Amino acid sequence: MTNKQNNNVKRKRSWLKGDDLSGYLFIAVAMLIFIAFTAYPVFSAIKTSFFLYKPFGSEFVGLENYAETFTNSLFYKSVKNTIIYTIIVVPLSLVIAFSIAVMVMAFQKRTQSIFKAIYYLPGIASGVALSVVWLWLYDSSPSGLFNQILAFLGMPTQNWLNSSKTSMLSLIIMALASGQGSSVIIYVAALLGIDNSTFEAAELDGASFMQKIRYIVIPLVKPSTLFLFVTGIIGSFQVFMNAYMMTGGGPDNNTTMIGLLIFNNAFVYSKYGLACAQAIVLAIIIGAISFLQFKLMGVDVEY
Amino acid sequence: MSNISLYSNLNRNKKLLYLRNSLLTTILILGAVIALFPILYMIMSSFGPPTESASASRTIIPRVWSLESYREFFNFSDYSLRWIWNSLLVAGLVVIGNVIFASMAGYAFSKIQFKGRNFLFFMILVAMMIPYQVTQVPLYILIVNTFHLSNTYASLILPGLVTSYNIFLAKQFFSGLPTSLIESAKIEGCNQLNIFVQIIVPLSKTVLAVMAINTFMSNWNTFFWPFLVTSKESMYTIQVGLKSFKFANSTLFGPMMAGATISALPMFILFFALQKYFLEGVTIGAVKG
Repeated sequence: MTNKQNNNVKRKRSWLKGDDLSGYLFIAVAMLIFIAFTAYPVFSAIKTSFFLYKPFGSEFVGLENYAETFTNSLFYKSVKNTIIYTIIVVPLSLVIAFSIAVMVMAFQKRTQSIFKAIYYLPGIASGVALSVVWLWLYDSSPSGLFNQILAFLGMPTQNWLNSSKTSMLSLIIMALASGQGSSVIIYVAALLGIDNSTFEAAELDGASFMQKIRYIVIPLVKPSTLFLFVTGIIGSFQVFMNAYMMTGGGPDNNTTMIGLLIFNNAFVYSKYGLACAQAIVLAIIIGAISFLQFKLMGVDVEY
Repeated sequence: MSNISLYSNLNRNKKLLYLRNSLLTTILILGAVIALFPILYMIMSSFGPPTESASASRTIIPRVWSLESYREFFNFSDYSLRWIWNSLLVAGLVVIGNVIFASMAGYAFSKIQFKGRNFLFFMILVAMMIPYQVTQVPLYILIVNTFHLSNTYASLILPGLVTSYNIFLAKQFFSGLPTSLIESAKIEGCNQLNIFVQIIVPLSKTVLAVMAINTFMSNWNTFFWPFLVTSKESMYTIQVGLKSFKFANSTLFGPMMAGATISALPMFILFFALQKYFLEGVTIGAVKG
């Protein structure tokens, strides 16, 4: 780093002009796209959130959209649903992915790669198609796969997606069943990164398998855990696809999550201002959670 | 022998080792079956009869194998084949845009000194943390209402042409390359474009391949944005087209699964041909160390 800076200082005089110019040329297209399709929309979203959107001239309404957001019971319900979904899916996903990764470590490199590939595979198929498969698995008739399993176990069949008791559970099971691929790969990479001598030393001291996991593995993969935890929560707060395709937010809005609520307000009811206000509240919630997590757990994570 | 000594204190006993590995294999395969089941089911159903809804008469393995569902998929709309072409075109151009322009920007942010560099890169980092719901509505208003670009390739391609994430990915990678390499090339009289094309790009094939694959995959599978900006069947992407097989109360299940299998095929081929880059792509963006 210091070496690089020294170099930079040294050549500043002779290269400054040329480098400034080529720097701008190199980033020109990227920045143009960034400004038009990311930066401008962000500022526009903030502005829109203070307006009642009309196709020909919007009307300034101050904080009304925010007021409507915070007095609307559906908003709180969707936040509650999102939180329930998140606090179940994210930690359980981490536990499942971590366990799979630890189990995979017992095998030779080639077997490891096969398992990594298998677990990653569901992630490359289209969400639209898979959600329709899951619709069939949750079919409320006795011929639906989950109901067949229940019948086989001698339990009463369920109305999975159409009952307020089980609809959220159904979405959670779906998320847990096939969403672990990337996390498994990240954990395996982290496990392979642990120096073997650490384990050997522990073994000489008579550490058991569980002790190694508890005192060596879990602390040493903490950066990966933190990364997966934060990205998992961020992703889970933006969940849209499954709720939209599977339940449409129902029954009785029991699976309406923030992402779907914003979508409906914007593209079903054309309440653009309200949708923007809610999206900004969502951004603030996500920002606050990420910040808290890094404060509480984090520290020495290098990016 | 296992690769790391996490497990090694069991290694002394051959029988116990065998038992342990069988147990772990069973659990892992069981998990894999659960994870893969929806995909397997999708492929199986595509060879079944093209009956309407997905219940009663269906079995996991079709009783009669046929290609009828595939024919139905192509007969369902005049544009079925075009949906695939649209997806290919959009994903392909977005990949090219990202590989060229995101990597150039990443190079500039890591290796070229210019005024405002840190500020601009910080903006890009901040943008990465903003949920897409924030930009969705203004982007929609901009593309559809202001520029009247709905049902055009421009509306499908432009917003993703250079993503903040890919700029970040490229910057992270290029930062790891030795600056001395660039210095000496400069002394030889190379300009920045020559350095980038002749020295940097050949050294960065892996990260560029990862970028290309990840970008292709996410664009090929994306549903939300194409769904918003296309209303003409001729401009649908394959994912939006697939959605049209699902009606309010029923689904053309067999044909839809046939379409889904066709749409998954390029990804599967890419995956098995370039597995290394797929799997590397997961860790490359994650935590270092």
